[in-house]
Amino acid sequence: MSDTQVLPAAIDPVARPARRSEWRAAYFGTPGNALTTLVCGAVILLIAKLAFGWLFLDAVFDGGADACKQSSGACWPFLADKLRYMLFGFYPFEEQWRPLVALCLFLGACCVSMVPRVWGRGLLLAWALVILPVLYVLMAGGIFGLTAVPTSKWGGLPLSFMLSFVGLAFALPLGIGLALARASHLPAIRVLGVGFIELVRGVPLISILFMAAVMLPLFMPDGVTIDKLLRAQVAIILFAAAYIAEIVRGGLQDVPTGQYEAGRALGLHYWQVMFKIVLPQALKKVIPALVSLFIAFFQDTTLVTIIGLLDFLDTVRTALRDPDWQGIAVLEGYVFAAAVYFVFSALMGAYSRFLERHFNTSYR
Amino acid sequence: MKRKFLALCAATAALMVGATAAQSATTLETVKARGKLICGVSLSTPGFAAADDKGRMQGFDADICRSIAAAVFGDPDKVDFVLTNINTRFQALQSGEIDVLSRQTTATFSREASLGIDFGPTVFYDGQGLLVPKSLGVASAKELTDAAICTLPGTTTSQNLTDFFRTVGGKFELVVFESPDENRAAFYSGRCEAISSDRSDLASIRAVANNPDDYVLLPETISKEPLAPAVRQNDSNWRDIVSWSVYMLMAAEEKGIIQANVDEMAKSEDPEIQRMLGGADELGKMLGLDNKWGYNIVKGVGNYAEVFDRNLGEKTKLGMTRGPNTQWNAGGLLYAPPVR
Repeated sequence: MSDTQVLPAAIDPVARPARRSEWRAAYFGTPGNALTTLVCGAVILLIAKLAFGWLFLDAVFDGGADACKQSSGACWPFLADKLRYMLFGFYPFEEQWRPLVALCLFLGACCVSMVPRVWGRGLLLAWALVILPVLYVLMAGGIFGLTAVPTSKWGGLPLSFMLSFVGLAFALPLGIGLALARASHLPAIRVLGVGFIELVRGVPLISILFMAAVMLPLFMPDGVTIDKLLRAQVAIILFAAAYIAEIVRGGLQDVPTGQYEAGRALGLHYWQVMFKIVLPQALKKVIPALVSLFIAFFQDTTLVTIIGLLDFLDTVRTALRDPDWQGIAVLEGYVFAAAVYFVFSALMGAYSRFLERHFNTSYR
Repeated sequence: MKRKFLALCAATAALMVGATAAQSATTLETVKARGKLICGVSLSTPGFAAADDKGRMQGFDADICRSIAAAVFGDPDKVDFVLTNINTRFQALQSGEIDVLSRQTTATFSREASLGIDFGPTVFYDGQGLLVPKSLGVASAKELTDAAICTLPGTTTSQNLTDFFRTVGGKFELVVFESPDENRAAFYSGRCEAISSDRSDLASIRAVANNPDDYVLLPETISKEPLAPAVRQNDSNWRDIVSWSVYMLMAAEEKGIIQANVDEMAKSEDPEIQRMLGGADELGKMLGLDNKWGYNIVKGVGNYAEVFDRNLGEKTKLGMTRGPNTQWNAGGLLYAPPVR
């Protein structure tokens, strides 16, 4: 293009063009734009047509593996047969209402907790004293007439959520603590913070899980075993904390020193300055980075397969290996897993954008 | 804040730490006190250990676990399965996380000698083989020249191939895939001329081909893979229980005792059958088990042939033949010592 285009005054890239004329200018303003729009539209239509054909027109809705083998479309009977296994893994079949209730309760509680108006000490206490214990009792059983289900049988989507969300819930305060330690003026604390963060960030998650699964039990006295799930959970917490600490440190460095000094000049204690002045500003700035990390961790929990726990992606994978379906429904399984991960990751992303708008921190 | 967090951590840990048993307790005492057998199986190997649609563990290895549970408790379902993978299986046994490892594990000298474990009797005689498309026109592995061979990662698999082709003076190119799905897809798409794995595994790979008849399993078995359950070293009572639970499956087949006729057979006049099913002598007591332990095994899971046919046999998708896993008097390798 020869002449320089002057963009219309669209300052906020998040906002969509509102009026029809703006819309037309954005998509068909120049021949180049029009061409791009047409090509993209054609590609999207083509993909949509293929996907629709695969999902519905050519798909198999009845019958078994043999019907699917003959067809080129999606194999819905596979999903129908394997859905409960993929969602809940080895959890006893008759008791699977429990992880289902736990999952719904968890997601419901998350939805409520997302509303800024309910934030506060009460919400934190509700999670710590009511929601998490109830979830634990539902999953583990053993009291109130619920059959005990050992953690070795937990699996699927509840396990994915538990490892990632509980992990991050505990890792966040720990990570903030580590970030403060790293920024501390006391050398001993700073060295501890730096040492922990660099040590953990210097090794891959998979090797930390391996340490927790393979090495730790060998150091324990004979006959004493720590629950495998707990070991994995602690490993994930420690790992996530180191990364959160570095993100939070970035936020802390972005807060002008004057804020801290002003707080101290007012006679506030270190913790008061941190919790009332510095951290609120720092955390606001790092919301996008934190959410990216959360999404990454939600997907990274899949690594626990190496220590013999099956999270959602792993239950899908193992379902694919069923001899009745092996080699027939591979695409279906992975598309289903991708769809589930996509929905939750997209929701987290959307919530992150909402938070940014709520705090009005974006693009400032 | 931090203290609260630590306290919470400690509380959770206290909640979930299970001190299984004191050092002095034998495995049998531990298992009985717990009320369940904990058995390590593989994550997902159809036919050996894999979840069915209801998330129930099924397979040959799983049924070995069930037979031990039946021997100890009289109930084949008193068993919890713990998923172990290749890297964590022995450690899980050493640390006491599982009572017995029944996971397609090859019994070898160095494992028995150096890992602090003891192997029970071989439950499945396997060996590495090669699967090729019929169109290749090869009848023996010796005719494979400069072939690309698809495998999964694993030192023994490639080592066996190297050894084999060195002895026959051939060359090959190894193509390694991380996941079984990719490995299989690569073979079917023609990336490799042959695919190599344990013969039991190759049978299941062949079973899912669009047309299984287009592929042939070459006759050579290039390694010995006797798959056996394993227990912690120095607990001979527990090892006896595991060994004889397996032998009981084999002996029951030899004597023609099946799940359906075990009640009739219990009235048999044959003294050995009487001893096996608890009608005569008190053999169970010698192991610290109920005298009906043998009866409970057969009643709970059937005999060896039933376990094999149910999980691996020709009526399943895997469609394996018994091969060397036949009774000694039919030319196979299964040979249970006498129950007396």
